[in-house]
Amino acid sequence: MTTVETVELKEKKREKYIVTTMKRLFKNKLAIIGLIIVLLQILMAIFAPMITTHDPIKQTLADSELPVFSPGHWLGTDNYGRDVWSRIVYGARISLVVGSIAVTLGLIGGIILGMLAGYYRKLDAVIMRFVDLLFSFPGILLAMLIIAVLGTSLVNVAIAISIWSIPTCARIVRGSVLSIKEKEYIMAMRSMGASDLRIMVRHILPNASAPIIVFATMRMATAILSTASLSYLGLGAQPPTPEWGAMISQGQAFMWSSPHLTIVPGIAIMLTVFAFNVLGDGLRDALDPNMDLQD
Amino acid sequence: MVSLIIRRALQLVFLLFGISFLVFSSMYIAPGDPAAIIGGPTATESDIAAIRANLGLDDPFLAQYARYVGNAIQGDFGYSYQTTQPVADAITVRFPNTLKLAVASMIVAVIIGILTGLVSALKQNSLLDVSATTFALAGISIPNFWLGALLILVFAVNLQWLPVGGMSNPFYTVAGIKELILPAITLGTGSAAMIARMARSSMLEVIRADYVRTARAKGVKESSVIWIHTLKNAMIPIITVIGLNFGFLLGGTIITEKVFAINGVGRLMIDAIAARDFPMVQGSVLLVASLFVLVNLVVDIVYTYIDPRIKYD
Repeated sequence: MTTVETVELKEKKREKYIVTTMKRLFKNKLAIIGLIIVLLQILMAIFAPMITTHDPIKQTLADSELPVFSPGHWLGTDNYGRDVWSRIVYGARISLVVGSIAVTLGLIGGIILGMLAGYYRKLDAVIMRFVDLLFSFPGILLAMLIIAVLGTSLVNVAIAISIWSIPTCARIVRGSVLSIKEKEYIMAMRSMGASDLRIMVRHILPNASAPIIVFATMRMATAILSTASLSYLGLGAQPPTPEWGAMISQGQAFMWSSPHLTIVPGIAIMLTVFAFNVLGDGLRDALDPNMDLQD
Repeated sequence: MVSLIIRRALQLVFLLFGISFLVFSSMYIAPGDPAAIIGGPTATESDIAAIRANLGLDDPFLAQYARYVGNAIQGDFGYSYQTTQPVADAITVRFPNTLKLAVASMIVAVIIGILTGLVSALKQNSLLDVSATTFALAGISIPNFWLGALLILVFAVNLQWLPVGGMSNPFYTVAGIKELILPAITLGTGSAAMIARMARSSMLEVIRADYVRTARAKGVKESSVIWIHTLKNAMIPIITVIGLNFGFLLGGTIITEKVFAINGVGRLMIDAIAARDFPMVQGSVLLVASLFVLVNLVVDIVYTYIDPRIKYD
């Protein structure tokens, strides 16, 4: 078989794999609901200036604490007269951006450590003991420790959550690498003189992608929830940033007079976290990790 | 079994050293001079130098770490920068509230989680199953600080059945139990959802096993089939989730304490981070992380007791 034919065959297998996965995913109604919510959130975040009616941080004290369905403010206003709908929309942008940064950094760290641990036996013990050490902290505690060092801000929250994601990701990647690296085609690549880096990046990583994709989706849910939690505690977004957790924290003081200030951002967080969770569940069922692209 | 416990205990000692090293070095590299924080804004250069010398802050890093660990083993975690109170004393006063909250939440999570999972599995695809599955999905997605705020709004403010917050009465009194209900539900719901999901799938797997069919064919009572043959064997993965969740709950107490204004270690930690009170952060993080690994060790030992097929080599 020529190289061109092999590449074509591989491409066809990859296409078939993607089509099969999508078909399985689209059969799962909950996952579709999750996907639709996630897509809507992304659109909302991108087109925030177009779909909002007010500046999310501009105070209009004359309009303070308007209830939901008030004229011009369908989700009401907060104690500073800021439009809640506009703050929720911009909050989606913050949640998605911070979540994506946290998950991406966590993936980079986790994939590098997991690859090295799985591929090089000599590094395995050292890296995995470090991973075990990170595992010995409850996630939120580790994040708080990192924030204690770096200071309170949304960027530091993203860094903290990414470090918290590293051990889980590293374990998943290591497990995949261990099962793939002994396969014949990897041995063949090695005997043909392919470098370790090429084998890891071009051959092992694509085959370990299914569990990584599922992990990343589920971790987005955790990251968004944790960002909101840390901001609620005053360790993340600072006023007047329209972040959902911070909005609940500020709204709690007006819970008796304006419960919508607490209820609305909570629903936004719950819907987003729910969407990423069910999408992750659906992807896990749809992506058959046993289906090998290169066999 | 004994050799397993000894081996795991030795690993625990190393892990505790690792945790203490990570926590200490984190605080060491954190910006801000502790001597300047202690001295306050009015301290002169010589005052700060005197404080540094007094606390041994000019010593090399490893010497400072060795001293910290040596003192910590004797129960001395240093003094708070804010209040000058011994860190160990501050934690000792608040720890019972944190433990009470974590244990009460675990009880709520285990009872609701197992019952929901059980009902869901036994009545698969019924309305009850759909409701239980929806509860489990909502439970893992709901921010617990938000749930806490809603519970306060409904049960404390509107209905006035339960107190808004605080935890000052002993847990065995009516007032103490009343104080615990809302925080325990708030913190326990997420874990209950995770336990329910695991209980459902684990029960469904076991319920279809050949030996369960055989037991039914032999005419064993349905209640015995469920409670003795099925649940017991379905418990191993459930216990795994319960064990993992206790650590999750310990972390979660930090947020719940803030929502319900409970004077616990979590709130102490948040205040200490905000004030950059490093000895207090060190002490409280060290305590919670140590408890977490200890709980994991106990869970591992419980596994081998429940299922002797499990071996940790």
